[in-house]
Amino acid sequence: MIRLILPAHLRTLAGVAGEVEIEVHPPATQRSVLDALEARYPMLRGTIRDHLTGQRRPFVRFFACAEDLSHQSPDAPLPEPVASGAEPLILVGAIAGG
Amino acid sequence: MSSVRVLVGTRKGAFILTSDAKREQWEVAGPHFAGWEIYHLKGSPADPNRLYASQWTGWHGQMIQRSGDGGKTWAPVGNKFAYDGVPGTHQWYDGTPRPWEFKRVWHLEPSLTDPDTVYAGVEDAALFRSTDAGQTWQEFPGLRGHGTGSRWQPGAGGMCLHTILLDPTDPQRIFIAISAAGAFRTDDGGATWRPINRGLRSEYIPDPAAEVGHCVHHISMHPSRPRVLFMQKHWDVMRSDDAGDSWHEVSGNLPTDFGFALDVHAHEPDTIYVVPIKSDSEHYPPEGKLRVYRSRTGGNEWQALTQGLPQRDCYVNVLRDAMAVDSLDSCGVYFGTTGGQVYASPDGGDHWAPIVRNLPSVLSVEVQTLP
Repeated sequence: MIRLILPAHLRTLAGVAGEVEIEVHPPATQRSVLDALEARYPMLRGTIRDHLTGQRRPFVRFFACAEDLSHQSPDAPLPEPVASGAEPLILVGAIAGG
Repeated sequence: MSSVRVLVGTRKGAFILTSDAKREQWEVAGPHFAGWEIYHLKGSPADPNRLYASQWTGWHGQMIQRSGDGGKTWAPVGNKFAYDGVPGTHQWYDGTPRPWEFKRVWHLEPSLTDPDTVYAGVEDAALFRSTDAGQTWQEFPGLRGHGTGSRWQPGAGGMCLHTILLDPTDPQRIFIAISAAGAFRTDDGGATWRPINRGLRSEYIPDPAAEVGHCVHHISMHPSRPRVLFMQKHWDVMRSDDAGDSWHEVSGNLPTDFGFALDVHAHEPDTIYVVPIKSDSEHYPPEGKLRVYRSRTGGNEWQALTQGLPQRDCYVNVLRDAMAVDSLDSCGVYFGTTGGQVYASPDGGDHWAPIVRNLPSVLSVEVQTLP
């Protein structure tokens, strides 16, 4: 079970409060986690990564275990504490805008 | 008894303002989609409780929302806007070619007859349509591909398709406008398009009378007379009497012919409204006086409407999609400002009063007249 913390706008869109837990077939990667998240919450498609290119949206970042994973390959395995559910994968909306 | 529903898109959410036909007491609902930019929301003429909204943020991009109960509840629908085929390039600000890239939806225009059909004008400029109530979207590639697309260039606000007019007498005819490419028309339901900019003059482009390149801000028509179009261009208020084949200027005695918003009276096809704005850099009313100008002669002769509007120290703007009319017997006129006010006139512009004063900056105003 992967634990995910979504930014506030996406929690509102998905109609969830607090953390989201999703089942992901190993290996747990950014891509497999987002595939599972979007399958369960289709309204989030296009809001974290581009519909067509699959690229992370510029103002969304991925943090876990006190590390910024945003620039890692989407197919790189996530840290073991995230894969085991001990730590959440945190999707962060950049401090930006007005 | 009839009532009025005003749909307001702002920089930080949507608001729905409702009143009975007197238009004196208003209820304010919202914000819906708090924190998101709501470029536009509009109701279906065929089912007034069916609303569509364009919702966007820099963090999460584009969402489309749909309501089936007049805006009380909403549900996200499809947000995948994929250009047809290889998108090609348009001109960037510096004249270099730049690939088309979807950014956001500026305007949603529901079909006149089918609540499940809705058109979307997007940035980078293209026209999309959904026939399944917003679940999926398909582009009309003949617009970008008709031949001039590679010469289109963005205006300061982006290369947006911001105006969509459906001809109520001819379902095959659609007018659209793009900043800063100009106006275009299809007569075959969107398969083929051609520029309709003859008569426009824009001194800020190399050839002032070019086929494309004009910064058209908004176009309106009266549904009873769809061959007569009124245009607020960057500079100049223009009129066409032949469905856009040719245009002539009707700025007349306006204090400045720069502006964004323009609309037509619901019952008088030759009565039109604009909000003159001082210039293309200052973007506020001349002399700090917020004045709507009305022409009862289809242009050229304009009268300032000031009663109830601030006549000193007012430095707001009124954006292109932020003016609308209702169709009650005494036509109501509405507009929203970048200062967060929404003004209403229940008597065709003679008297104005604010419905709300302190919303986020207003991007769009639409009005529904309900039975």
